[in-house]
Amino acid sequence: MLRLLMLLFLLMAPQAHAQDAFSELLPGLTGGFAQQAETVERLGALGDPRALPLLRALGDTRLLRGPDGTVIVSPGQPPPGSDVIRINNRVRGALRGALGRLQLGSPDPEERLRAAEAILRNRSADDIPILEAALGRETDARIRDRLALALGGARLAAADPASKRIGILALGRSTSPEARALLLQERIATPDLATDIDTAIASIDQRLALRRAAETAFQGLSLGSVLMLAALGLAVTFGVMGIINMAHGEFVMLGAYTTFVVQELCRDIPWLSPWSLPLAVPAAFMVTALIGAAMERGLIRFLYGRPLETLLLTFGVGMVLQQVVRLTFGAQNREVISPPWMQGTLVLPGEITITQNRAWIILFALFVLLATLAAIRLTRFGLEMRAVVQNRRIAATMGIRTGRVDAMTFAFGSGIAGLAGVALSQIDNVSPNLGTGYIIDSFMVVVFGGVGSLMGTLIGAFSLGIFNKLLEPYAGVVLAKVAVLVAIMIFIQRRPKGLFALKGRAADQ
Amino acid sequence: MINKLPPLTRRTALAGLGAALAAPAIRPAFAQATPIKVGVLHSLSGTMAISETALRDTVLMMIEWQNARGGILGRRLEAVVVDPASNWPLFAEKARELLAVSKVDVTFGCWTSVSRKSVLPVFEELNGLLFYPVQYEGEEESKNIFYTGAAPNQQAIPAVEYLMSADGGGAKRIALLGTDYVYPRTTNRILRGYLNSKGIADADIIEEYTPFGHSDWQGIVSRVKTFASQGKKTAIVSTINGDANVPFYRELGNQGIKAEDIPCVAFSVGEEELAGIDTRPLVGHLAAWNYFMSVQSPANTEFLAMWRAYIKNPRRVTNDPMEATLTGFKMWAQAVAQAGTTAVDPVRIAMIGQKVNSPCGYTEEMHANHHLSKPVMIGEIQADGQFNIISKTPTAIPAENWSPFIPENANRRRP
Repeated sequence: MLRLLMLLFLLMAPQAHAQDAFSELLPGLTGGFAQQAETVERLGALGDPRALPLLRALGDTRLLRGPDGTVIVSPGQPPPGSDVIRINNRVRGALRGALGRLQLGSPDPEERLRAAEAILRNRSADDIPILEAALGRETDARIRDRLALALGGARLAAADPASKRIGILALGRSTSPEARALLLQERIATPDLATDIDTAIASIDQRLALRRAAETAFQGLSLGSVLMLAALGLAVTFGVMGIINMAHGEFVMLGAYTTFVVQELCRDIPWLSPWSLPLAVPAAFMVTALIGAAMERGLIRFLYGRPLETLLLTFGVGMVLQQVVRLTFGAQNREVISPPWMQGTLVLPGEITITQNRAWIILFALFVLLATLAAIRLTRFGLEMRAVVQNRRIAATMGIRTGRVDAMTFAFGSGIAGLAGVALSQIDNVSPNLGTGYIIDSFMVVVFGGVGSLMGTLIGAFSLGIFNKLLEPYAGVVLAKVAVLVAIMIFIQRRPKGLFALKGRAADQ
Repeated sequence: MINKLPPLTRRTALAGLGAALAAPAIRPAFAQATPIKVGVLHSLSGTMAISETALRDTVLMMIEWQNARGGILGRRLEAVVVDPASNWPLFAEKARELLAVSKVDVTFGCWTSVSRKSVLPVFEELNGLLFYPVQYEGEEESKNIFYTGAAPNQQAIPAVEYLMSADGGGAKRIALLGTDYVYPRTTNRILRGYLNSKGIADADIIEEYTPFGHSDWQGIVSRVKTFASQGKKTAIVSTINGDANVPFYRELGNQGIKAEDIPCVAFSVGEEELAGIDTRPLVGHLAAWNYFMSVQSPANTEFLAMWRAYIKNPRRVTNDPMEATLTGFKMWAQAVAQAGTTAVDPVRIAMIGQKVNSPCGYTEEMHANHHLSKPVMIGEIQADGQFNIISKTPTAIPAENWSPFIPENANRRRP
């Protein structure tokens, strides 16, 4: 107990300070949730500099109950078993508003931005003067926008209609769903202002519709990029070589587990650990490519031209790989941590928000596609690969070791599947069953896009992704997926060779 | 108390069929009497292994505990563990094997409602005894099954009631998100009936279902955001099951949905599920259960110590279905002792009215409808993956397994 007290510092005992307003409020923090929320609001309105560290501690569960209604701020995480003051969402909401009021003058622009957002959510007419003052000294355009919105919200909460009207105009200029919600609330409270409010809402809705369309497009691109990543490796092994590789999903899964292993290896090296994800990219490619090469040399090459046997064999290999991973890493899901630069949202002009991890995956998918195209078009290996695909015997007479090219092509496709695993570890669960969810989608994309055409895979993946996301709001997730499958079935009936059918002799093999 | 026991090794308790023969020689107390066989029917592989493995361990721990106290009726307990592998038809086959071949006296098992529905006819046909330890959608009652988890009125309805209260934020619009199978669909049907009875119109409710293991939540989460921008306080009620929760919560965090604005209450997310997630962005989101590991009670302290000693890991967590397994096991042991036999029919009758001082800090009682009275607790997720209990009922409340919010139940005779 003594050691505990030495770790902490006693913020206040009632007799230590004069009976000022601040100290009088403190016992309220140890009361029920309603009383806590009220105390927090009053502390925020007081503007006392002592309130900021106190409220921050309350939010971080570092505020402890002291003797006789006093409170203690613990500088670090308090030891387990100490009498921490717990709060609920209601108090947390009040706390956000109070912290916002206290942090409006903060030197850190991010903190000021959060403060303005917090005040909008917990607005009150009392905030008008401090918001006006803050808007007067603010130079950052983004924060000014937010402050103007918060000020609009605060004016809306004022009693006199003139002030409310100014508030409505300010909110009507935004693209914020929160502003729209505030206006709708006000419309119910004061029916006199209904016409003004309706105009403002109509103006917000116009911009919101644009924003939603952009966001849906982004979601479609994101799903498309995931589909393409998963399918690209298959486009090489199935599309180019004609091997029905049912273990393709397991290569994706192995890529995800490689990411996990790299992360664990980097964990103890502080300067390296934020870079574990980029490091996992080559590692996953190498690991899956090696396993792919071993599989092609050891098993698949004996079954060329026997698709049914190949299908059964690769299906079995997939099950073996799954079980090996389950035995090595356990059936429990493994956690791959997202680096900070992949968390949160990115706000584009027009308030279009996109999630960072998805944005990175789109970029990564395009990078993988370009790298694959470059490898096929520009390198010697790519040339040999195309030669073997077009005419194996002539290629062999030209001195190309076709067996080696086969192995390398299969390893290349497997490596790309591994790269997909790195990306999927960021958005899906890393579990032994990871791959099974993607194998159907991958075949769907390759067949729809046209077997043997990388461009077909690109276009196929993105059009399926966008089509799916357009349907989703109306049909729901499950039905949208069914609708996509039905659409593909009809399409394949009409065009059995997919979007981009190969022409010429190679296609007739 | 547990520490002073004679050195009964785990191996003797774990022993399968064959090892039983050796036991009487070691422990003369159990001489002559044939062992009581306890079936364990939990998935140890496949998608549900994540949740169900801990329940198998709980049953084995309780068997060891009971044997250390001299067994029941002077007879040793012996576990018969089978693995139905998250495969619903296999559950029925394994249940038949336990009852007809191994001739078990009692079975503890199942997690998903679909697995329970699959074994129910087998237990009724062969007159077996099953203890089902997970919260579920209700609408079922079998003389051969004892339900030691919550019925909807002991979990789902109080949770929504809390969301609509002043402390919970006064929600007026509810988004019901779930996995696409019988439990979420039935629960949401009951909740819709309940919400309508509280004056929340259908326009203020949306329902969305996703397949098991769904990972692309961006569309749904942004639709919830739009749904929440209509000027009324909105909350999410999640019946999402299994590992789809991980990407769901990640998307909530990434899209900046804070518990202060749109709280999300979950019915299938406990300490075990949170163990693999970074919970810092989720602080304040809620879960409703009848037990949390953070409950302060002497029985819970004992439970935690016993579990961690058994599993040999001082950081392992406990959760609600484990508590329900323990309570069910203790009740069954009491009922067998009282009936003086392990025969199903006398035990079934002796079960009614059994009371156990459960780790949740309340005395739970088995009622004639084969369901327990249970306290309802609402917890907020903390940064350390534990729950801070912010609301609990003053007493344990009896289960309504036939929900009054399903119109077809209006004519059903209630006991």
